[in-house]
Amino acid sequence: MGLKDKLDQLRQQGLTEVKASSDLNKINDIRVKMLGKKGPITEVLRGMRELSAEERPKIGQFANEVRDDLTNAIEAKRSELEQAKINAQLEHEKLDVTLPGNTVPQGQPHVIQQIIDQLVDLFIGMGYEVAIGDEVEEDHYNFEMLNLPKDHPARDMQDTFYVTPEILMRTQTSPMQARMLEQHDFTKGPLKMVSPGKVYRRDTDDATHSHQFHQVEGMVIGKHITMADLKGTLEVVAQELFGDELDVRLRPSYFPFTEPSVEADITCFNCHGRGCAICKQTGWIEVLGAGMTHPNVLKMASVDPEVYGGFAFGLGPDRFAMLKYGVEDIRDFYQNDVRFLTQFNQKG
Amino acid sequence: MKVSYQWLQEYLDLPEKPADLAERIARISVDINDVYSPSDGLTKLVVGHVDSIKPHPDSDHLTLCQVNIGTADDVQIVCGAPNIAAAKNVIVALPGARIGNNIKIKRSKMRGELSEGMICALQEIGFGEQIAPKAYEEGIWFLPAEATPGEPVFPYLGMDDTIIDTDVTPNRGDMFSMLGNVNDIAAFYGLTSKFKPLLVQESADQQTADLVSVQIDDKKIAPTYKMRVISDVQIKDSPLWLQIRLWNAGIRPINNVVDVTNYILLKYGQPLHSFDYDKLPAKNIGVRFAQQDEPFVTLDENKRDLSSDDVVVTAGDHPVALAGTMGGLETAISNQTTSVALESAIFDPVLIRKQARRHDLHSESSSRFERGINPETSEIALNEAAQLIAQLGTGKVATGIVTGSQKPATPIEISLTLARINHVLGTELSAVEVQDIFERLAFKCINNDDTFLVSVPARRWDISIEADLLEEIARIYGYDKIPSTLPAQTSNIGGLSQQQKWVRASRHVLEGLGLNQAISYSLTTVTEAQQFEIKRHATPMELDYPMSQDHVATRMSLISGLLTDLAYNTARKQVDVSLYEQGRIFVPVGKNKRPQEQEHIAGAITGQFSAKTWHHEAQMADFYLIKGIVAQYLANMAVKNAVSYVASNERSEMHPGRTANIFVGETLVGYVGQIHPQTAKQYKIGATYVFELNLDKIMAEPKKPRHYQMISKYPTITRDIALLVDENITNESILDVINDKGGAYLTDVTLFDVYEGSHLPAHKKSLAYTLTYQDKEGTLVEEKVNQAFDKVIKQLMDKLNVEVR
Ligand SMILES: [Zn+2]
Repeated sequence: MGLKDKLDQLRQQGLTEVKASSDLNKINDIRVKMLGKKGPITEVLRGMRELSAEERPKIGQFANEVRDDLTNAIEAKRSELEQAKINAQLEHEKLDVTLPGNTVPQGQPHVIQQIIDQLVDLFIGMGYEVAIGDEVEEDHYNFEMLNLPKDHPARDMQDTFYVTPEILMRTQTSPMQARMLEQHDFTKGPLKMVSPGKVYRRDTDDATHSHQFHQVEGMVIGKHITMADLKGTLEVVAQELFGDELDVRLRPSYFPFTEPSVEADITCFNCHGRGCAICKQTGWIEVLGAGMTHPNVLKMASVDPEVYGGFAFGLGPDRFAMLKYGVEDIRDFYQNDVRFLTQFNQKG
Repeated sequence: MKVSYQWLQEYLDLPEKPADLAERIARISVDINDVYSPSDGLTKLVVGHVDSIKPHPDSDHLTLCQVNIGTADDVQIVCGAPNIAAAKNVIVALPGARIGNNIKIKRSKMRGELSEGMICALQEIGFGEQIAPKAYEEGIWFLPAEATPGEPVFPYLGMDDTIIDTDVTPNRGDMFSMLGNVNDIAAFYGLTSKFKPLLVQESADQQTADLVSVQIDDKKIAPTYKMRVISDVQIKDSPLWLQIRLWNAGIRPINNVVDVTNYILLKYGQPLHSFDYDKLPAKNIGVRFAQQDEPFVTLDENKRDLSSDDVVVTAGDHPVALAGTMGGLETAISNQTTSVALESAIFDPVLIRKQARRHDLHSESSSRFERGINPETSEIALNEAAQLIAQLGTGKVATGIVTGSQKPATPIEISLTLARINHVLGTELSAVEVQDIFERLAFKCINNDDTFLVSVPARRWDISIEADLLEEIARIYGYDKIPSTLPAQTSNIGGLSQQQKWVRASRHVLEGLGLNQAISYSLTTVTEAQQFEIKRHATPMELDYPMSQDHVATRMSLISGLLTDLAYNTARKQVDVSLYEQGRIFVPVGKNKRPQEQEHIAGAITGQFSAKTWHHEAQMADFYLIKGIVAQYLANMAVKNAVSYVASNERSEMHPGRTANIFVGETLVGYVGQIHPQTAKQYKIGATYVFELNLDKIMAEPKKPRHYQMISKYPTITRDIALLVDENITNESILDVINDKGGAYLTDVTLFDVYEGSHLPAHKKSLAYTLTYQDKEGTLVEEKVNQAFDKVIKQLMDKLNVEVR
């Protein structure tokens, strides 16, 4: 048998053994046995000395081919077996992915806070500053500076918690209108402010009344602020909160600190204007009060109403939250049942 | 005000149906409460003529009636009303009819006798008990003799009308009358009003001045006071048309005199009061303040002790009416009245409002006096009322009006320019359009080179300045037509202040750490208001006149409110609750001064902070959990000065051994700990861990610089050490020594184990730390670390008497 035949036979034998082997140790044994320094291929190559110079490179090349074939076969088999081993391991590690994940504590912002933040961010985007006022106010700022002198009938509409005849729990965030008007330096441009916070009324708590609730006050005063600007601003607010497919309706109203005064209604988002229980069959839902700042309010804050003017508005986050989420009892906001608080966890 | 559509139609050719008219009123004039027809929900109610009646054979109170309902044959209806009578027209609910309260009428047998329907009282077809005429309280109502059997009853009763119930704002007192509504509706539709008063025909035999005199000493309390006298009046029921006007407006018909005063009140908005002339104790009328505790019996038979702020109408100085609010019983119109003294007056709105509140006597009259009265029509209304009373009671009106005072009805002149109008409204109105609006409103208007001189009639007493006229223009023009823009030419940047950013960040941090935001009541009890204060203050600020005993004082800490929340949860079986609150607390600074308002943030955790699951254990609330939350929060607030926790037992509501005051540098900013078990018991809650921080103080602290610290590429070397120490040695005292003597390369000390137990000698505990060393400039050699470590151990042994384990 020539060297070539011997090599060919070794190749056949090796490939057959590799193919038949089923574990990694065996494969390693085959490699050592067939390709090692004392293995048969090395042995065959030693016999090359006896070959002619002409034949020697041919056989050498053939021997290398056989060696490569066997090496490749061994590597392929090893890889195959390793993969199988890993697959078996992974199969073993399989989990029930439908079991629940860990509970990771996460707190939620209060729903009223969410509405306030949404509104505040909207106004910040339109260049408003944010002013936080005190909750205990002077009668002077809560009423008088807002064109509500002591005997004004509109004071009856707001039952007030007085502390002394001159000090009270603020009934509205509107005193911030007067305070900001007094503070603002109009030489630096118009006043654009929004002021969220708690307010208090002397009311008996029930499903629709709360002695404590929230308001967001807004005011823009400058040289060129129009009622059209008020209308546009209110539309932006209504649409931000309730969706932009809804119509906004302005209608006359009365607030002592604005003239003209308007109330803004939006199309009922529940029935889209057809009439339902939420909108009391009117198709409209009242969402905020507003108006052009009364000249007396400007005058009292030493702002010249002949030069400056603008608008103010006030809205109620509690009412918005009730409308938006269908909350039926305003007390839910202040009793803080954890099952209530954690519901409002949708972000963005 | 309940405005009748049919009544409006008498004065205006209305171009739109009631619902559309109401929508327009809402958009242009005043808000709408409701639009309804009195016949809503009622069906198959027809006129029946009772041909004959006979007693029910089996009942002593039922009657069998043979009733003509417009069909060929009479039907039999069993009726239980005591006033049923033959030859009368009645309201019949046919089988299948729906009557009041959504009751359905069926053909039935009553004690064996067939009843093909029901004969109805007004209360059974939707009339309120307070509105159906009193005379028919116990029985059925009789329709007019000319009613046609079988026809629907609604037109005969005015129930086919539509009522537009308006919600009148305090400024639009004029809309509390048909006249005001007619004027406004005419303005926005551009209609001509057919409204006109009924003129009085006076009797020459009597002069009013011979019958009464009026002297008004204080014209401020009664700016207008006028009187007429009608004599030889027969008191009886009013005609149906008048009763319909009243009941559709929600007013009960009483008799022809009182009904006329109420009709005029609706028509003109002018409240009138009728006195029984003969019962007036004297014929000289005046108006004055009452004397303190002066007794007076009002129409409703209530004996009242008046206050010196009350205003009374007097006859010979004897009170005969609580002015503008309620008449006196003594001089009330009765069936025996033959002469009527009729008052038409304007009283001071503020006095009447307070008086009505004081006596809880809000009426159609007082609500009008409160909002003001049109001085243009006081006399017209008085004349028309006198004439109607005379007509309906076959009486005669004495000649002349006795006037005690007369408020002038002069128009107010206001000028404004076209430029100003468009500047404020953001519109592009033309002078012609503006002129047209004032013409519709029937305000005289002279345009001189785009400056309008507007003369506002006294009937619109709400208008006194330019801004009021701008409102008139805007609403009549239509808010719908005003363009929508956003304020232009403003360069405001806006945004949150630094403080506001920190407050918002504080909320976000605590939410991220697992606490839910609560918003509790700021007003609480005096006891709870002064619990859990960071620093003790005196008593809290209290309300002068609280509404409920639970909310009388302003809080001085947030924790008590959070515990009230936990109690609410616990009572509803929610025992695992983690809350925080951010808000104001109120520190009194002296009488007649506003309290100092501090921004605080507080947390409370009870039960499991994180619930046990199939996969991990529960994390129970404990001191170190809440301390960890506070520490993370303070780290986020990046205060520059060192934060330290000092054991504190000074708050009686807190566990004396599990509470730490929190200092930033030398400043007390708050505390953290477990509430006292007795406090927990009082609140009916489980073991609860809390913290409260003064945000104002934290925000005022200097901040760490926002610098990036290079991460060293050189390796760290660690050494662990376990120390056996006396049980009263604190972690902090050990850390102080280690940090002080640790050498330049010590970068971190971490406590990794605390052990107290049976394996240790009595009163000893073991604390184990990992010390980390690093040279940021080069590779640290073991030798240097060993030297530093040995030094620390020696110092610990010397200073704290520790044993290294
Ligand atoms: Zn609706």
